[in-house]
Amino acid sequence: MLKQIHVQTITDHVARLCQEANYCLGQDVTEILKKAKKEEVSPLGKEILQQVLENACIAREESVPLCQDTGMTVVFIELGQDVHLTGGDLTKAINEGVRRGYQEGYLRMSIVSHPFKRKNTNDNTPAVIHVKVVPGDKLKIIVFPKGFGGENFSGLKMLLPGEGKRGVKKFVLEQVKLAGSNPCPPIIVGVGIGGTFEKAALLAKKALLRKVGEPSSLSEIAILEKELLQDINSLGIGPQGLGGSTTALAVNIEIFPCHIASLPVAVNINCSAHRQKEVIL
Amino acid sequence: MTLLTPLKLYTPLTDEVIEKLRVGQRVLLNGVILTARDAAHKRLNKLLELGNELPFSLQGIVIYYVAPTPAKPGQVIGSAGPTTSSRMDIYTPRLLALGVKGTIGHGKRSPQVVKALKKYKAVYFIAVGGTAALIAKSIKKNRLIAFPELGAESIQELVAENFPVIVANDIYGGDIYEEGWKKYAIKP
Repeated sequence: MLKQIHVQTITDHVARLCQEANYCLGQDVTEILKKAKKEEVSPLGKEILQQVLENACIAREESVPLCQDTGMTVVFIELGQDVHLTGGDLTKAINEGVRRGYQEGYLRMSIVSHPFKRKNTNDNTPAVIHVKVVPGDKLKIIVFPKGFGGENFSGLKMLLPGEGKRGVKKFVLEQVKLAGSNPCPPIIVGVGIGGTFEKAALLAKKALLRKVGEPSSLSEIAILEKELLQDINSLGIGPQGLGGSTTALAVNIEIFPCHIASLPVAVNINCSAHRQKEVIL
Repeated sequence: MTLLTPLKLYTPLTDEVIEKLRVGQRVLLNGVILTARDAAHKRLNKLLELGNELPFSLQGIVIYYVAPTPAKPGQVIGSAGPTTSSRMDIYTPRLLALGVKGTIGHGKRSPQVVKALKKYKAVYFIAVGGTAALIAKSIKKNRLIAFPELGAESIQELVAENFPVIVANDIYGGDIYEEGWKKYAIKP
């Protein structure tokens, strides 16, 4: 028996989630920011973390964007194979949700229609949409407005298999150092290891979807996450890059099998305005 | 006076004021500030290259790298935090030569900008990225003054009241980032 979902429902949820994500910082990020504020060794760093927390309060209470960069809207859809979508085109429905969410929510339009001509589309569309078909009759929508302070300092490298864990660590640290003060630290570091060129990048983005502070379910990877977080926080970059012990709030790693000839690794950086909201229909 | 005590400054800024500022100094900025980021810088640069006059004077002004969110009804301005300054580095020395005395953004500047700050007597301020809703509270007026077709990236004249910033580069070669990282880095 197929479950029917009208695409209009998807539009409505996407519009709402765009606004909620931009106004309300997740509980996981708020908690880890509070902990970081307690543990930060630099007095100026502590004060900055306090301001970031205060900002999140204002944004939530007044329903205003946490950050002026309300992002390019990344939408992940997990579509149960027993769901039948009715009433129109899924991509159009999602983009209509983004359009409405951004226009009605007073969010900034940050998308240009052509990489060289750079004319604003004035409705923040198109969204970047990833659809995965899964078993079951549920539809999951995750809306992840991605700011480009962090996105611009993300990177990917095809390592040699022999470089192993050590090579991965070296590349992640290099990337974080290169980003330095630019992505508004404290940052959240998503790392994708394995697969192909594009799979590694997608894994890194998906790693950012995991709750901040929740370790990988694979113990070996959880240890690598912990070690990398410690190494990153020893760099001294600190809040806003002004020096301190809180450069990253979390390192989330996702892995995938890979080819005998390669070890792809991708690093996707996000700032502390780490915004994502989801719904399951 | 400790650097942690904020110094109240009023725009336009003069050489005498710039000479007093040191890296790490907290500042509360008051008065007119102009917004400009990527697209507006490109346009200003093009006008200069063609030998045209700019739509406003640069003398003593402070430029804020920001493209705010649209204001909700009743708001002066939407969320208005700083964007990453390094993207403006290629345009900055030319604007400093024409009298700009301060820029506000976040993140490290290029060696060329740091050198130009010394040469033309100007400072680079940073505001805390990711505190856009908080910063908006210190903006009391806002009006469009150039390039309306650029939307959020148009040039707007803001009137600030105690806008909190920190001096990140002064005219003496100080760099808040380099000093901070050195101080807190843990050697393996």
